[in-house]
Amino acid sequence: MSVSQKIVADLVANNIEFITTVPCKQLAGVIDEVEANPAIHHVPANKEDEGIGLCAGAWMGGKRPAIIMQNTAIGVVVNTLVTLTQFYRMPLPMLISYRGELREPVACQVEMAVHTKALLNQLLIPTYHFHRESDAAELDAILKYTFMCNKPVAILTDASFWGGYGDQ
Amino acid sequence: MIRSDVLRDIAPIIRDHLVVCNIGLPSQELHLIDDQPSNFYMLGTMGLSSSIGLGVALAQDKKVISIDGDGSVLTNFGTLPTIANNVADNFILLIIDNGSYGSTGDQPTYAGMKTSLTAVAKACGCENVVECKAEDTAQVLKDALAGDKMTIIVCKCESGNIKVPVITMDPVVIRDRFMKTAAG
Repeated sequence: MSVSQKIVADLVANNIEFITTVPCKQLAGVIDEVEANPAIHHVPANKEDEGIGLCAGAWMGGKRPAIIMQNTAIGVVVNTLVTLTQFYRMPLPMLISYRGELREPVACQVEMAVHTKALLNQLLIPTYHFHRESDAAELDAILKYTFMCNKPVAILTDASFWGGYGDQ
Repeated sequence: MIRSDVLRDIAPIIRDHLVVCNIGLPSQELHLIDDQPSNFYMLGTMGLSSSIGLGVALAQDKKVISIDGDGSVLTNFGTLPTIANNVADNFILLIIDNGSYGSTGDQPTYAGMKTSLTAVAKACGCENVVECKAEDTAQVLKDALAGDKMTIIVCKCESGNIKVPVITMDPVVIRDRFMKTAAG
């Protein structure tokens, strides 16, 4: 089982049935698995705040949601996380590619990477950082924790976790 | 007719359905006119009424009406292609288009100038888009509810506000009673 398959299997095992995604190269394998899985309603979003709105609605409609996005979008969704997800106390697992970490080939990605954990910390969002493939073993517990406490929870997955950037 | 007149007209029609209502004066007015546990009032997060409503509609079978404004749709334009490509026939998006940002002092929006939200919605791929006069909104909404097809209604009304108190209900209470209605 690939790491992408393991991640999606954990999502399904935790009854996550509604997933919204904004494309990302690192998470492309996960997004393919999400799209292919008949247990998941996949709604691609044009922007991450829109995606979080969709997730809020899906949860109120009775389906457990999750969002898949890049860390650059933390800069897009601060208001939505605070005034919707947190203010109304809604659970939201956020599977995030952590661009701009070790092995990053694009300098501009580092500019947002240096703010990523500081912003999540400022927002009081529980944050887990997957650096080695074995770190994914905690995903099941993180998902259970998210739906126990009704909070947005961030799972940052960096380039080392995904095995680097190939030939770049 | 201004927005609050439209809300008064449609209140008896929407009260038995799940309603997601836009931030600011629209929610405050609906709360004053006909508070229902099936109403989800947005206290923040401008622009996401249609996204939240679509999410509710995709997750369960009851009918969902998102009440949005022209300014709010303009701030979340990406929502229209998402709605068009993820059809939920239990979903109605009612855009009350008064050509202004009512909650912030009636500054004009581009929807009141050259931009037609009806044309944009159609161009995004939405299949049932109805533009109507404010006076006709209740009938158009009734027809849309009876039609069992996802519908975007663009209600053209006059700009203007009534004096309404802010909503002091706790957000978790708003959310909890809405969820209980959705699940009931």
